Amino acid sequence: MNAPLRRVGVVVMVLFGLLFANLNWVQAYKADEYRTSPYNRRVILDEYKRERGIIMLAGGQKLGASTATPDELKYLRTYPLKEKYAHLIGYKPVNIGATGIEQSENEFLAGTSDKLFGDRFRDLFTGEQTAGGNVLLTISPTAQDVAFKELAENRRGVKKGAVVALDPETGAVKALVSMPSFDPNPITSHDTGAAQKAYQALLDNPDKPLNNRATSEINLPGSVMKVVVSAAALENGATLDTQLVGGSGYQAPGTTHVIHNAPGVNCPDSITLFQALTVSCNTAFARLGVELGSKKLTDTATRFGFYQSQLTVGRLDGKGIAAGPPVAEGVLGKLTTSSGGDDKPTIAQSSIGQQNVKITPMQGAMMAAAVANGGKQMRPYVVQQLLGADTTSFYVADPKPLQQSCDPRIASQLQQMMISVVQNGTGKQARISDIAGVQVGGKTGTAETGESDDSHGWFVGFALKDGRPVAAVAVFLENAGKGGSAEAARIAGQVMRGVIADKGGK
Amino acid sequence: MSTPATPIAATPAVVPAAIKVPSGAQTMRRTELWLLLLAMSMVAAYLAAVEANLLGRITSDFWTPVWILTMVFVALHVVIRLRAPFADPVLLPAVALLNGLGVAFLRRLDLGRAKAADREELTAFTGDGGRQLIWTLIAVTLAAVFLWFIRDHREISKYAWTLGLAGIVLVLLPAMLPGSISEVNGAKLWIKFGDLLAIQPGEFAKLALLVFFAYYLVRKREVLALASRRFLGIDLPRGRDLGPVLVVWVMSLLVLVFEKDLGTSLLYFGMFVVTLYVATERVSWLIIGLLLFFGGASLAYLLAETAGGPFASFGARVDVWLDPFADPLKGGYQLSQSLMGLGTGGLFGTGPGAGNPLLVPEVRNDFIFAGMGEEIGLFGLAALLVLYLLVVERGIRAGLTVRDSFGKLLAGGLAFTLGLQVFVIIGGVSKLIPLTGQTTPFLSAGGSSLVANWLLVAVLLRISDAARTPASMGGARR
Repeated sequence: MNAPLRRVGVVVMVLFGLLFANLNWVQAYKADEYRTSPYNRRVILDEYKRERGIIMLAGGQKLGASTATPDELKYLRTYPLKEKYAHLIGYKPVNIGATGIEQSENEFLAGTSDKLFGDRFRDLFTGEQTAGGNVLLTISPTAQDVAFKELAENRRGVKKGAVVALDPETGAVKALVSMPSFDPNPITSHDTGAAQKAYQALLDNPDKPLNNRATSEINLPGSVMKVVVSAAALENGATLDTQLVGGSGYQAPGTTHVIHNAPGVNCPDSITLFQALTVSCNTAFARLGVELGSKKLTDTATRFGFYQSQLTVGRLDGKGIAAGPPVAEGVLGKLTTSSGGDDKPTIAQSSIGQQNVKITPMQGAMMAAAVANGGKQMRPYVVQQLLGADTTSFYVADPKPLQQSCDPRIASQLQQMMISVVQNGTGKQARISDIAGVQVGGKTGTAETGESDDSHGWFVGFALKDGRPVAAVAVFLENAGKGGSAEAARIAGQVMRGVIADKGGK
Repeated sequence: MSTPATPIAATPAVVPAAIKVPSGAQTMRRTELWLLLLAMSMVAAYLAAVEANLLGRITSDFWTPVWILTMVFVALHVVIRLRAPFADPVLLPAVALLNGLGVAFLRRLDLGRAKAADREELTAFTGDGGRQLIWTLIAVTLAAVFLWFIRDHREISKYAWTLGLAGIVLVLLPAMLPGSISEVNGAKLWIKFGDLLAIQPGEFAKLALLVFFAYYLVRKREVLALASRRFLGIDLPRGRDLGPVLVVWVMSLLVLVFEKDLGTSLLYFGMFVVTLYVATERVSWLIIGLLLFFGGASLAYLLAETAGGPFASFGARVDVWLDPFADPLKGGYQLSQSLMGLGTGGLFGTGPGAGNPLLVPEVRNDFIFAGMGEEIGLFGLAALLVLYLLVVERGIRAGLTVRDSFGKLLAGGLAFTLGLQVFVIIGGVSKLIPLTGQTTPFLSAGGSSLVANWLLVAVLLRISDAARTPASMGGARR
């Protein structure tokens, strides 16, 4: 009986050899796949083992912070200012995809970024879990407060809208608000069921509070577009005093549709370019646009920030790191006919910001910033600095121009025109007369959205202090109806005051 | 099982003067003691690492479980010295190390389950770890009692028919009982006495049936070895001798269907076929057995896919085995979690106490090997496999050396069964074979498994003692 017994011994060895070989397969060959599997909760547990960095402002205000909990997940992500910064900061939930700065700076906040290799290396030896890096934003807290409050309490009772404020000289975002907003705290709850429920409720909300209207939704800009048409005219030989043909109606070649002026607009048959912008004369600008033609309009529009499909707002690193919430591509729509010639009726409509022209509030602010900054459009950014847990600086924003929108002479002329709009024209609500040395310029916009819906109200403008640009603001009120653009101008003025207040004596 | 009720204290008077060991003979008892102490120091190191990782410091009484375990095992060592002085010196230390690591890991799970603030309060006697400690005490005591009273393994064969009957009853009992009493996690392998005590009769049935097989086959081996004709170069047995084989085959298939457990079924059948093969030295039995088993299992799978019914659960397990990540949150949950735990451990593991084994379901029972794998890595698990292999091969060696056929069959069968059980459960949790609910010998939480496996080791110790006793002392043929 010994021979078969020996063979049984060999069989057992073979079986154990199979076990061993299979363990090699599972624990060595397939190990990485299993370790990083989306079903592997250890990935999340590890992430929550380390305190996530703080998102903060220069004044020390914490916008996103982590608090220690006794839970299995060691840190809870909280947003002390709740709705106020929701769209900018975004959120970092347990089981739901992150958004905003929480997403774009995730690696640095989580401490897994290559920049923080030193910390991780040290942790290996000390056995500690050094917190992730902190992100310092460019936001002006006063401007953000004002923008949030004024938008929420707007006098038109509008439910949806957005405000963007930029520093024209640098491109730094000073305020960014989208309305309606939401409280991100319930979404980051460690009770994933409750978090999912809160998230679903926001998704199901017909007002779409999760949408970032400031950067990712495009809308008809209305008369705001006239700034671009003015720039195109000035670039092609016109002056402020060039006489345009205005009048009460304009019928573009090839259509029976007649473009009229808004009620109350006094636009004589002959009107200067300067005056036409001040009173926002539709007929003069529609005709001017058709005369300039699709190519010139498209050129100028592109230089002012249209067709920037790759633009993101976050960090300015030239390394192509995905740097934040995408800024939707503003578009002019198709301005030519199928045969390649100008589609004049469409150009006429597009020149007054109707038909298929669409921009985001961020682009409106960038446009105003370019005018205010002598034609040099700066690349917008919101991350001022990246700081290690020990306050070592890993990145400081170094402002970069995005493009030259127009030459300084033309920018100066546009400034004069837009200041006139606020002084004497449709944008009077934005005036700031009580702060010495401040001049405000801008352009209102009322975009007709169709028969049933109320028109959108826009204001895009800038503030100069002692001749230097200090703020560029865009305010958008969705379906605000009559008086919407005036209310937008008023809010813009308040936000500019906020930016100026935080800038101090600069 | 058939535990003598006589108190131990009453016996020393009748113990004959300790066996006189001739000067030339090697008992290797000192080696056993040193190996045992080495094993215990490893358990102590494991527990210290667990406390360092989970409590942030090593408490002054981290070694309490080790101290108790050492006392228990040294006591067994003393019994072996007195009653089985020539027993294999590797068996006890190897099994003690497995058992000790099991206790340590269960304590680690207790600590992991508790909130960080409450962990300091958990003594070594609470939770699964504490229960396992007590069960170890009971199991080792029973093993000692066995070694003390059963002086010759051939005595066991006297109870062969009783044990055989008891074995069948134990196997089939859970299948007959209502699911509320016998079903845990979809497998009807239990008898629950309230919430506190649940025994797995199958663990004991394994031993009882093996004793019967060994006894029966020793009687019938000549008959069964008779070849009727040759077919494809294989000597086929006579038709009428197939009877008992078919009975066991049908029984194991019944287990498969009614207890919803492929592992147990494979275990019984494999155990029987292998003892049959060893007894008759006929390869034909092995081939017939394998064909019958795989034929039966394939048929069951086929029925599961088409007819469903009692086979459905088996079919689902095979599907999960083929792709656990196809449905990783429901059907494939256990296996995918097990694989992710093993994968996270990688080559070296996270270190005792530093992983998240509690994410693996049933980590205290069926999946303990995967749970440990996360923390001790491939290297640690390979070491555990080597320990099991040592026990199995030493058991087979005892069978090879012992002179009597019953001892050979019993030792070989028991050792193989242990090895097969390790293969079935570890292969199951690491996706080598379809997963089935088996305990991992000496590691899993649970008294039945621990007691049964320590009895198995006691029998192996007894047979190895007989095998290694020098002939001058009447060894082997005492």
